[in-house]
Amino acid sequence: MIPTLFGITLITFFVIQLAPGDPASLKAQSGTDALKSDQMVEQVVSETRKLYGLDRPIYVQYGIWLGRLAKFDFGNSYRDHRPVISKIGDALPITLTLNILTILIVYLISIPVGAYSALKPSGWRDRITALALFVLYSLPNFWVAMMLIVLLGGGDYLNLFPIVGFTSDNASTLSWIGWMGNVAWHLVLPVTCLTYASLAFLSRFSRASMLEVIRQDYIRTARAKGLSESKVVWKHAMRNALIPLVTLMGTLLPSLLAGSVIIEQIFAIPGMGRLGFESVLSRDYPVIMAIAFIGALLTLASVLLSDLLYVVIDPRITFRRKAA
Amino acid sequence: MRHSYASLIWRQFKKSRLAVAALILVISLFVIAIFAPLIASDKSISIGGFKISAPIPFSPNSYDLSRILEGPSFTHPLGTDGQGRDVLSQLVWGSRVSISVGFVAVGISVIIGILLGVLAGYYGGAVDIVISRLIEVMMCFPTFFLILAVLAFIGPSIYNIMIVIGLTSWTGVARLVRGECLKLRSREFVVAARVAGARDRRIVFRHLLPNALSPVLVSATFGVASAILVEASLSFLGFGVPPSTASWGSLLSQAQDFMDVAWWLTLAPGFAIFLTVTAYNLVGEGLRDAIDPNLKT
Repeated sequence: MIPTLFGITLITFFVIQLAPGDPASLKAQSGTDALKSDQMVEQVVSETRKLYGLDRPIYVQYGIWLGRLAKFDFGNSYRDHRPVISKIGDALPITLTLNILTILIVYLISIPVGAYSALKPSGWRDRITALALFVLYSLPNFWVAMMLIVLLGGGDYLNLFPIVGFTSDNASTLSWIGWMGNVAWHLVLPVTCLTYASLAFLSRFSRASMLEVIRQDYIRTARAKGLSESKVVWKHAMRNALIPLVTLMGTLLPSLLAGSVIIEQIFAIPGMGRLGFESVLSRDYPVIMAIAFIGALLTLASVLLSDLLYVVIDPRITFRRKAA
Repeated sequence: MRHSYASLIWRQFKKSRLAVAALILVISLFVIAIFAPLIASDKSISIGGFKISAPIPFSPNSYDLSRILEGPSFTHPLGTDGQGRDVLSQLVWGSRVSISVGFVAVGISVIIGILLGVLAGYYGGAVDIVISRLIEVMMCFPTFFLILAVLAFIGPSIYNIMIVIGLTSWTGVARLVRGECLKLRSREFVVAARVAGARDRRIVFRHLLPNALSPVLVSATFGVASAILVEASLSFLGFGVPPSTASWGSLLSQAQDFMDVAWWLTLAPGFAIFLTVTAYNLVGEGLRDAIDPNLKT
């Protein structure tokens, strides 16, 4: 885990180095409106140089940057001079809500769908689900988002769901339950867009996994001793089929975060993806780097979480070293 | 041996009608992309005194401001956009962007993946540890955001897009090749080759890689599909190729302004992306089943 973390910082640092020219002078150039006077430009340049230690050799720069990273000090945003960490503090909960909700829905639907079609493989139901899932998997999500907005978001047809933001403007006046309802109402369309592709992928995976388990000897034994079919499927087969699915959770998150960029942009949700995209547009390097780093960190955390979940699903796996 | 490995795979592949249909679609898209200048152009070609006009007699950039936002008709099968340009012609030319980005990006990622995979799997030891860590690290990053950030730094152009997508998507192939090399390197035929005095290069290229080739091919096919999607998303966000060469993603992006008045502008490029991605995914699926019928799910 530690070497991976170290590698993440290395790559992030490498990406910063790709930025054209000297970030200090670039910063001065980019802030055309706010930084009119030469004196201010001078000040910003020297400030940035100090912040990043740009006059030092590159490995010292890396050391300085690493030291600040350890304290979660990402500097200030170029755009509004707010500390990066507070900007991320605002955006992260929103993206996490979006993505955790998505992951929950994906797992809740895909596991039964996969299991269901695995029980009667090659039946007409299985074929139809397979084709439907395949189609879902290939649909570009920004296109689906546009279509949903036109059809359900008050274009020419139905006006069922809001298409902008995480809450309504007056949401703070609502009661707690009302606020939750308001958020849920706003999240229907974005979560749908984020869900369906992973859903398709995971359902196919869950079907394959179930197919593999269902032909094992212990399933035949379970049936032979007269257990009900539901007990065989849900108790004996499911647990074993779940193991490979849990591994995927770690890999699901980065792709979801990436999907968030475009979906949050379309639905104007002030989360990490939108913050990231806006920072990319305005070359707000400190924010970009912080988001890349935190995104990678989150993935690492979810890999760790799925490792821990193994123990819950499969009692045979333990983190304790066996006595030799 | 009467049947070559390739012909064996082809025989299996042919069994799935869906996969064959997808392959035909993939090939026709390829042909359309190559011959786009002949298919959609307002210049007519004269052969021996006869003037033959292209099947779609509009260039993607020839605008006609008297015919803006026209719905599908006989002259414009997929309608016109906000500047009176023919949508079908734009789609035909846009396929060049999508397909070339898909292929070049995947080419880059496959080369990096094979190289690192072989180094890690065949030599093992410290090399393997370093490369495996690198793979883990790369998989942690939210790829799409990383691509966006790098493009913001080095500037979006079609070549940069290809390179950046290639540089961020090699992990799958690297893991595949590493696993295959690891599995095979102590097998008898490799040991025999070494005893016979074969050098590392010969062992890797003649004995190890051919075994890893088919899973890599499957992975590359899926890779083309996802690279096309990434390019479309990038163009949609305005980070794609310059507007002079309209790609499917940027067509969708422009269509946003006319979403409630001109549905065909949104539907057509979206459907083109969807169709292409589905075709590549189906071919990948068919190939995978053909290579290992036991895995068929």
